[in-house]
Amino acid sequence: MSVATLDPAAAKSVARRRERWVSSRTYVSAAVILIWCLLPFYWMLVTAFRDVGYTFDPTPWFTHVTWDNFSTVFSTSLGNHFAQNLLNSLIVSGVTTAVALLFGVFAAYALARLEFRFKFLVLGFVLGASMFPGVAIVTPLFQLFTNIGWMGTYQALIIPNISFVLPLTVYTLTSFFREMPWELEEAARIDGCTQGEAFRKVIMPLAAPAVFTTAILAFIGAWNEFLIASQLSSDATKTVTVAIAYFAGSQPHQEPYTAVMAAGTVVTIPLVILVLVFQRKIVAGLTAGAVK
Amino acid sequence: MKHSRKFAALAAASVLAMTLAACGGGGSGGGGGGNSGGLSGDAAANLDARGPITYVQGKDNSNVVRPLVDKWNASHPNEKVTFKEQSDKADQQHDDLVQNFQAKNASYDVVDVDVVWTAEFAAKGWLQPLKGKTAFDTTGFLPATVATATYKDTLYAAPQTSDGGILYYRKDLVPTPPKTWDEMMGMCPIAKKNNMDCYAGQFAQYEGLTVNAAEAINTAGGVIVGKDGKPAVNTPEAKAGLNNLVQAFKDGNIPKQAITYQEEQGRQSFEAGKLLFLRNWPYVYNLAKTDGSSVVKDKFGIAPLPGKDGPGASSLGGHNIAMSVYSKHKATAMDFMKFMTSQETEKFYATQGSLAPVRADLYADADLVKQLPYLPVLLTSIKNAVPRPVSPFYPAVTQAVQVNAYAALKGDKTVDQALTDMQAALGAAGSQ
Amino acid sequence: MSMQVEPQTRRGKKGTGAGLENKEVGQDRKQKTQGKVALLLIVPSLIVLGIVIVYPVIDAIVMSLQKDAGLDPVTGSFVAGGFAGLYNYIHWIFEQCNTPNGQASCPAGTLGSQFWSATGTTFLLTVITVALETVIGFWMAIIMSRTFRGRSALRAAVLVPWAIPTAVTAKLWFFIFAFDGIANTLFHTSILWTGSEVPARTAIIIADVWKTTPFMALLILAGLQMIPDDVYEAAKVDGATAWQRFTQITLPLVKPALMVAILFRTLDALRMYDLPAIMTAGANGTTTLSILVVNQIRIGFNSAAALSTITFLIIFIVAFIFVRFLGANAVESATNSGKAK
Repeated sequence: MSVATLDPAAAKSVARRRERWVSSRTYVSAAVILIWCLLPFYWMLVTAFRDVGYTFDPTPWFTHVTWDNFSTVFSTSLGNHFAQNLLNSLIVSGVTTAVALLFGVFAAYALARLEFRFKFLVLGFVLGASMFPGVAIVTPLFQLFTNIGWMGTYQALIIPNISFVLPLTVYTLTSFFREMPWELEEAARIDGCTQGEAFRKVIMPLAAPAVFTTAILAFIGAWNEFLIASQLSSDATKTVTVAIAYFAGSQPHQEPYTAVMAAGTVVTIPLVILVLVFQRKIVAGLTAGAVK
Repeated sequence: MKHSRKFAALAAASVLAMTLAACGGGGSGGGGGGNSGGLSGDAAANLDARGPITYVQGKDNSNVVRPLVDKWNASHPNEKVTFKEQSDKADQQHDDLVQNFQAKNASYDVVDVDVVWTAEFAAKGWLQPLKGKTAFDTTGFLPATVATATYKDTLYAAPQTSDGGILYYRKDLVPTPPKTWDEMMGMCPIAKKNNMDCYAGQFAQYEGLTVNAAEAINTAGGVIVGKDGKPAVNTPEAKAGLNNLVQAFKDGNIPKQAITYQEEQGRQSFEAGKLLFLRNWPYVYNLAKTDGSSVVKDKFGIAPLPGKDGPGASSLGGHNIAMSVYSKHKATAMDFMKFMTSQETEKFYATQGSLAPVRADLYADADLVKQLPYLPVLLTSIKNAVPRPVSPFYPAVTQAVQVNAYAALKGDKTVDQALTDMQAALGAAGSQ
Repeated sequence: MSMQVEPQTRRGKKGTGAGLENKEVGQDRKQKTQGKVALLLIVPSLIVLGIVIVYPVIDAIVMSLQKDAGLDPVTGSFVAGGFAGLYNYIHWIFEQCNTPNGQASCPAGTLGSQFWSATGTTFLLTVITVALETVIGFWMAIIMSRTFRGRSALRAAVLVPWAIPTAVTAKLWFFIFAFDGIANTLFHTSILWTGSEVPARTAIIIADVWKTTPFMALLILAGLQMIPDDVYEAAKVDGATAWQRFTQITLPLVKPALMVAILFRTLDALRMYDLPAIMTAGANGTTTLSILVVNQIRIGFNSAAALSTITFLIIFIVAFIFVRFLGANAVESATNSGKAK
């Protein structure tokens, strides 16, 4: 199609019509994506706020609205300890993230900034580790922790979590660190700082946002972990993901759907807020390394 | 082990102090649960010793255990019981017990075990055999519950609570409940006329299917595992039993969606008035009477499971109470076990926690029946019950039953083939 | 960014030399001192990874050479199994079981008979989900790359499925796909989603695609944004159709990013556990390798260790093939970034 042969006025209107058509198509597509992504989440909310007696009512909008499910979630009378589970998840994810950052920052700095032999090997190892199947370490750890009496301790969850969070941290941070204005470090060193001082005084403040973003990703990764926690936690250390999967009803066989969805909402809302607030950072972190 | 020591040395350099312990104690390796040596030694020790003990049980959801322990402690100041509450998830309770038994933890004196684990723990030599000085009198207990606690002809635990399947039916549509399976199938046109489904149990592929398949097989006179502990499921009786379910699916007497049913989906369908007959546990009774969305509040009745010519053979749920061979105060533990299964305690389980008693005469107790109207029916059910296979390899056994029964129900396999495979898989389960 | 997609191994041999040539040629001494610092900085992480990954893997291999405890037929008590050699591996790979009649092929209903079907299921789910996620993700990325009002809201919204824990997602879909659930009600169908193979797998695929397509879309979007607008303008002037622009500009330029994204997703899908474990518990042809391992742990953990080692090897081989032959070079993407700028 050669636009050039048409007279200018007609070309303009064709282009404008085309533009309008493209943009309306874009909006329709965007709406489809939006609905696809949010609809199941919406249904979770509807169920979470529905009276338990109407659990199986298929009405697709908010009916029989109640807060009761949320008090059920936090009630301990059925043997659920959701508040404790939340705390467990916070402890496990928090410590995992902290440990991973502590080690990861230095490794990432070296990988991004320093030249040394076997760098490819190290990076390859780190990447391989991040894709490592959790199930391959669960079996030996299950037996090991049983033998040494660690089942039901926090370290029994934190240690295996580190196996996938630390590689993720190193990898993401390495990519971030490459993008930083290292000229400033050079400048600081010309001013007489040692490499260590330059790192602390100049680079650390610059790197803080990258570290923060990585921390969010690491935390979400650990927070959402299920396989390891389902096998290696006990009642005392049960995390929210496991608690939700096996939420107890008022009777041995009863499955409290509405309460489960309420619990899901409680776990998800902070993440959704986190995601909405730090959207840009998270996207940057997710895509770091993969494309640049 | 060499490598664990090497890593422990490396770990010393790291700040992560806790990982040190991981490797220091890292002498894992092979072997596993075997505990051949010294079993008789442990079981023979501390038989007359008295002193404080610990009682371990899963989540005390309806606050039954704490008052009982308080009561015991008030009258036994020198033999106090500490209550250790475990998870509410069966797998986690199991793992916690395994871990502590493997460590020969003396502070797990008396433990509460699911009926299907009793054999495994007994075979591993962790449970005190209840004979000789630690004999336990089971007079008055329902025989089927005692069978769940018996392994290789020795009693290893005392029945504590029970549970059995019962038939829920719409008394507004079926005035007298069916006594036999054939009779029930004969009533299915009533369901059709009312635009309902006829019968459902638990047929999704999970533990509930083992329960339902075992009930069908046992009801027809078959067995899954014989008296000698060997699989014996490939028999005409077992075939007839499983075939009842398969045929009902084919005829539409069991709705096709029941292949996805666990307890809750069946209850949901029954409460919505879409199901004429439902096999389920007693917990449905109160919910169907009180649920907001239940349309059958005053329209349903309960009956024993229909059988071949009389009541059917229910599978059994519930828990047993057992003593660890590593307990330091076995005389106290023994007394506490007796206390926890006494007439009075059993009644308290029922009134406080709606837990079905293991003692027959409580089912006739007027107070109890008033509170739990399903008790007489449940008694018939438990009296005719057959425990699920008592096997130290229960996870493999239930897998063998589920997978093959499921394939038969879906029509992927003939009943013959399913039972041949089940028999073979049960055989392989014991000698892996 | 580097457009070459040379496999890492060939390049890795030359090691750091390749990365150096631009700025720091011939600074051997500097490299040596940097090497020492780098060692100090990296070794702690490597030790930690060694403890949490290498040690368990070695332990698993040691365990996998032991037989699981068996039953003494007379006493009914457990006895330790002893050294097994490669029996546990043969047991899985050839689906051979010890039966009362000696070694035979594992009967249906044993976990041993499910190895190849679980492997097949794992790969089937992986191929379908990754393919769908790539196609839909590409489409979503193209939409998101356009300028329109509400674009950032859209980008935030697609992160919602990604942020919800998979376990919660699984519960949610389990509920949605119940027979009397909202899916059947909404579409006036009466599909037994968890009653037979195709629907059960479809349900899991839908749940997985919902959850992870956003991740894919964002990775592709980042790739798209690296392509300068003037390349498209030039192509337009040359009269290229939209399809030609897509296949001849977009695809080749996005390919490196796309391959890395596909690699990540593939390896992630191969270890799928949460969704089938919660939605179907592995019934109806949804038992993945991870589920099989977990089911085996409580039956006999030495045998489970062998299976987990096999699983690890399978995933490793797939990763190797990706990197070696398909040019998905995540290491290179990471190390070369910045250079192209």
